[in-house]
Amino acid sequence: MKKVLALLLAAVLVFSFAACSGSKDTTTTAGADESTSAAPTDVDYSKVKVGLICLHDENSTYDNNFIQALKDTQTKLGLKDDQVLIKTNIPEDDKCLNAAQELADEGCNIIFADSFGHETYMMQAAKEFPEIQFCHATGTHAKTAELKNFHNAFAAIYEGRYLAGIAAGMKLNEMIKDGKIKADEAKIGYVGAFNYAEVVSGLTSFFLGARSVCESATMKVTYTNSWFDIALEREAALSLIKDGCVLISQHADSEGAPKACEEKKVPNVAYNIDTSSMGPNTALISSKINWSPYYELAITAVAKGEEFATDWCGTLATGSVQLTKLNEAVAAEGTQAALDEAIAKLEKGELKVFDTATFTVDGKALESYKADVIPDEKFEKDTEVIKDGVFCESDVDGMRSAPYFDIMYIDGISEK
Amino acid sequence: MSKKNENKVREPLFHIAKRNSMVWWKAWLIRGAAILASLVVCALIIVLLTKQNPLEVYASMFKGSFGTKRKVWILLQNMAILLCISLAVTPAFKMRFWNLGAEGQVLIGGLASAACMFYIGDRLPNLLLILIMFVASVLGGIIWGVIPAYFKAKWNTNESLFTLMMNYIAIQLVSFAIMVWVPSGSSVMGVINSSTSAGWIPDLFGKKYLFNILVVAAVTALMFVYLKYSKHGYELSVVGESENTARYIGINVKKVIIRTMVLSGAVCGLAGFLLVSGTNHTISKTLAGGNGFTAIMVSWLAKFNPILMILTSFLIVFLQRGAGEIATNFRLNESVADILTGVIIFFIIGCEFFINYEIKSTHAKHKEGK
Repeated sequence: MKKVLALLLAAVLVFSFAACSGSKDTTTTAGADESTSAAPTDVDYSKVKVGLICLHDENSTYDNNFIQALKDTQTKLGLKDDQVLIKTNIPEDDKCLNAAQELADEGCNIIFADSFGHETYMMQAAKEFPEIQFCHATGTHAKTAELKNFHNAFAAIYEGRYLAGIAAGMKLNEMIKDGKIKADEAKIGYVGAFNYAEVVSGLTSFFLGARSVCESATMKVTYTNSWFDIALEREAALSLIKDGCVLISQHADSEGAPKACEEKKVPNVAYNIDTSSMGPNTALISSKINWSPYYELAITAVAKGEEFATDWCGTLATGSVQLTKLNEAVAAEGTQAALDEAIAKLEKGELKVFDTATFTVDGKALESYKADVIPDEKFEKDTEVIKDGVFCESDVDGMRSAPYFDIMYIDGISEK
Repeated sequence: MSKKNENKVREPLFHIAKRNSMVWWKAWLIRGAAILASLVVCALIIVLLTKQNPLEVYASMFKGSFGTKRKVWILLQNMAILLCISLAVTPAFKMRFWNLGAEGQVLIGGLASAACMFYIGDRLPNLLLILIMFVASVLGGIIWGVIPAYFKAKWNTNESLFTLMMNYIAIQLVSFAIMVWVPSGSSVMGVINSSTSAGWIPDLFGKKYLFNILVVAAVTALMFVYLKYSKHGYELSVVGESENTARYIGINVKKVIIRTMVLSGAVCGLAGFLLVSGTNHTISKTLAGGNGFTAIMVSWLAKFNPILMILTSFLIVFLQRGAGEIATNFRLNESVADILTGVIIFFIIGCEFFINYEIKSTHAKHKEGK
């Protein structure tokens, strides 16, 4: 029966694929909107060939986000289908190196990879093909690898998470005001994939956003130890709800948690995908990395034969950090206005997400913190990251784009 | 009246009879026809679902394995690993011991190699280190294979469930080891000893996968001889046919079960060693990549004949590689390619029915009888 379902699902997918190939992502953006502006006309893109290596396929919200953004970029830059090759379901081992080599053999002159664990293999490929540019998203090695053609990229997604947190906090306030919960019951549940910096940074910024509007908010975290596991993510969400969490968010890539929330009528904040179709009555908002600006920057640089950043971090201003459309049916009144205000403050630099005045660790304010910024085999905490009372996350000038906020946890957050 | 009716119900138009034997070329003709038929069905699916030209899709599938020199090497490497694991499960299967634990036995073998690379990688000369890794992997595989065999021999436990559950223990052990070795991160080990290459099998004549391929070629030949010409090989097939017969003619069944699983586990461990030391230089939960289960199909399709397994493992890997190529070239989800693979394998397995059985018209026979 499961097989039959899987086949049916696949068939449906194929049909929908054929029907809407080339259709655009329906996500609307709250941040800047450069990505829809016209392509630079003075650049000749006919010689570029782009490769993308994905850990999973379109069924994973994370990989889908990379694939759709590349397709959008392809349309915008006017590239042909045979100029953009996408390899899906590539595991984090020798197969990643093979995939990169095969893309190089096909004549790609720029190759992207989307998963954290692809990095060491991409670096091997970069050594083998010095004339080809290799861009690895979420990685940590580019700054210190001394490979001219190896790049890292990420986005200041902690700002997006913070904003999504504000929407969540306002929803909690509404629930308190309506008498659905007491103030001290404003407990958030968070389904994380792995307990390392990228996830911890995201959940902490989300929580800080929520607490900036709902003071009594607390958060419980649980991990699935997998990026994509529908059943596990669903179970994790259900058990958090059972524990009394009244709002759920997640950093894992399947529809498991949002669908569980819809079933239990618990508001949900998602990541990288607009979940309002899965949970029309519970999906609140999602923060999202839009990879198009980076694709465009890197591909254009290759087309022009210019160098580009070894380590790049997208922001609200570059259009890389976005929020999906707020689901008005679920959101508390005044949420959009609060978001717009916070976006403006973040862009002006008036508001800092990891302002050390807003949180404590073990009851104390954080005055100094060394994070593991430079990758090494011993995971040494090597760099002071607190400057002027702010934990400087994803700072490409001094540190790196990939998150290094790995404090587990600030007061108010606990692990299940 | 009623009797007549009953007769009618009992008499279908056709009935199925076992064939005695079939000339080899006829059997291969049927297999060829099955593959052709499957390609026609696949073409229909391609046209209906994706509106692509099926011939172009087939060409692309072929290119996935043979398009470039590198693709041929990757094909051979993937084949070598799948074949190695298939060889490993074969003696157990011939003995009717359903070893579904190859995945776990390979993982443990790989884990043993990775542990050696991680802990003693910088202390020993490379050759000695690789030797130790080899021994550790084979031992690991043996232990993982022998535990269910011992329980089967001693208490007649169900080996299918037992070996299957051992897989999960192996997966969790790998998970645990990675967590200990890489305390921060997304449970990805990354390349081990990337700066020193300690514990990596060196390239033979500048070819990364050649060592693996040669080792598996040797194992194939040895396994063929072992199963066909050795006393052990004979004993295990007798145990497979009938344990009572085996006991009657004085075969120590328990010993044969344990001995065969030692062999099965050892070859799985070897596959784990080749994957870690020769190919990936890392360890992950997905090291075996489902090959532990695909191997069962390879072994069965080849009727447990190691030489034929070269062919069946080629077929499976060819289809897998082709599937990936189609997905990239035509921007299809890989599921489409998997559907095609499924159809082709269905036809290939299905055609064995027509080789083993014949369909006779009942009607015609009755006439003769009367």
